[in-house]
Amino acid sequence: MTTTHTIPAIAAVDLRKAYGEHRVLDGIDLRVGQGTVFGLLGPNGSGKTTTVQILSTLITADGGTIHVAGHDLARDPSAVRASIGVTGQFSAVDTLLTGEENLLLMAKLHHLGRAERRHRATELLEQFDLVDARDKLVATYSGGMKRRLDLAMTLVGNPRLIFLDEPTAGLDPRSRRAMWQIVRELVAGGATIFLTTQYLEEADELADRVAVLDRGKLVAEGTPEELKRSIPGSHVILRFANAHTLDMAAGLLGQPKRNDETLTLQVPGDGSVRGLKELLDKLERASIEVEELTGHSPNLDDVFLALTGHYHDGARAESEEELAR
Amino acid sequence: MTTLTHAVSDSLTMLQRNLKHMLRNPSVTILTIGMPILFLLMFVYVFGDTLGNGLGGPTGGRDEYIEFVTPGIIMMAVAAVTQGTALSVAMDMSEGVIARFRTMAIARVSVLTGHVIGAIFQTILAVAAVFGVAVLIGFHANADAAGWLALAGLIVLLALALTWLAVALGLVSGSADTASTLLVPLMFLPLLGSGFVPTESMPSGLRWFAENQPFTPIINTIRGLLLGRDVGNDSILAVAWCLGIALASYLWAKRLYNRDPSPR
Repeated sequence: MTTTHTIPAIAAVDLRKAYGEHRVLDGIDLRVGQGTVFGLLGPNGSGKTTTVQILSTLITADGGTIHVAGHDLARDPSAVRASIGVTGQFSAVDTLLTGEENLLLMAKLHHLGRAERRHRATELLEQFDLVDARDKLVATYSGGMKRRLDLAMTLVGNPRLIFLDEPTAGLDPRSRRAMWQIVRELVAGGATIFLTTQYLEEADELADRVAVLDRGKLVAEGTPEELKRSIPGSHVILRFANAHTLDMAAGLLGQPKRNDETLTLQVPGDGSVRGLKELLDKLERASIEVEELTGHSPNLDDVFLALTGHYHDGARAESEEELAR
Repeated sequence: MTTLTHAVSDSLTMLQRNLKHMLRNPSVTILTIGMPILFLLMFVYVFGDTLGNGLGGPTGGRDEYIEFVTPGIIMMAVAAVTQGTALSVAMDMSEGVIARFRTMAIARVSVLTGHVIGAIFQTILAVAAVFGVAVLIGFHANADAAGWLALAGLIVLLALALTWLAVALGLVSGSADTASTLLVPLMFLPLLGSGFVPTESMPSGLRWFAENQPFTPIINTIRGLLLGRDVGNDSILAVAWCLGIALASYLWAKRLYNRDPSPR
């Protein structure tokens, strides 16, 4: 996306944070243009939340120079706070107040006039489909409702820069799409979005630029297209009845990656139905019977494997299991 | 100037939030007001007759003891409210909404001042309730207008000091359980001072502690003002202790709140 603004929404150089011996952020550089969506992609524990907490003034960095919304974060945190809105991973709502009271509280803290407070609260209740629940205590809200109220509270002051820390984690697919739509509307309204996610698909859908964070370091940065080009494409896993057919198939398909224990082959493909059909036709013509077929599209694990040479924790077991099937 | 007006209006907004919390979860408030009243009734009706005779006053017995113990119970009522305050601060800090407040351009300390002002309201309510019950069971105040004014001032100052201490302890505790435990000594200090029996009646080591701990001059001042006696040196000590505790606790609490929240 081209932008006419010269001052970036976020400019961070050599951002560092450690808790004791553990280096959570080990010198990362970030540059986010105004009016764009920046996606910070990474697994649990990679430092995404810490990055958001530092950029949103919640915690202090150990090192690095950071400018947010044109203000020096270390010298003028309150100017930064006046320009941002934050929706964290943990719902930042007051459960002993009603939904409407929560929004009015925010409006008061933004020092809006009485009439404007009412107007803004009602507007947001409507926008986030919370009108029926406006007078109910937030303690009785469902997870999805709390998330919507949380974001609505973030938007009360019309922030120009919005931080969303894993905005769709734990949401069902329908709520996730609704959240994406909201993000798109915010960007259309001129806001800058800094979001973190574990899902490549989400970054792909929303972000203009994506950075991949792994163990406190940025391992890649670019547009989603650039990122996807850098990772291996989709593949299928074929399982055979015995070592003999495995050998035959391996010879026929040009010796792809094989696993003799599980009698499987991992065959790269372009993910199309035509490609899959051609592969199966080829095996059929050679009278090689396939016991089982598993499709595999590129995901965050593949990005990680490609960029870092290792799976992220939790993904390893899953991927090995997949090959073993 | 705008910074100051914002600090005031933000604190009032936070106060409103805390008052709503109190109204929706009144059990803590009721408990903190009810407990000192229970102590008052117990000490007057169970121990009062015997203890009153031991005071060596002109009338002796229960009537004598009501006059003596009411100031101690008032002190206890102020301390009891702080327990609820520490609890609600500790609980509040575990709520996600505090993280939101920290990233907003509001007067930082307003989250805490909201708690403090709310607690002072509660203290006034609690002290008024204790005093009301004391009068009903036979307490006679003998203060003039200046005495009442001084008394009100001292109670508010005392509440300010102990509440800031409670806020700091609530912040440092990290959990609601720890917070309420940390405040228990505050409830017992009136017992180990001039609250329930004269310090002269205690064994020497304990007597030294009782006479030198901060609550003793405060209780003596409350007692003197209520009964219209000369408060002299005690009142200076009482005010000095309150100001000292208030200032140190305020600075401590502010520092605790401004440090980075622990990672979760």
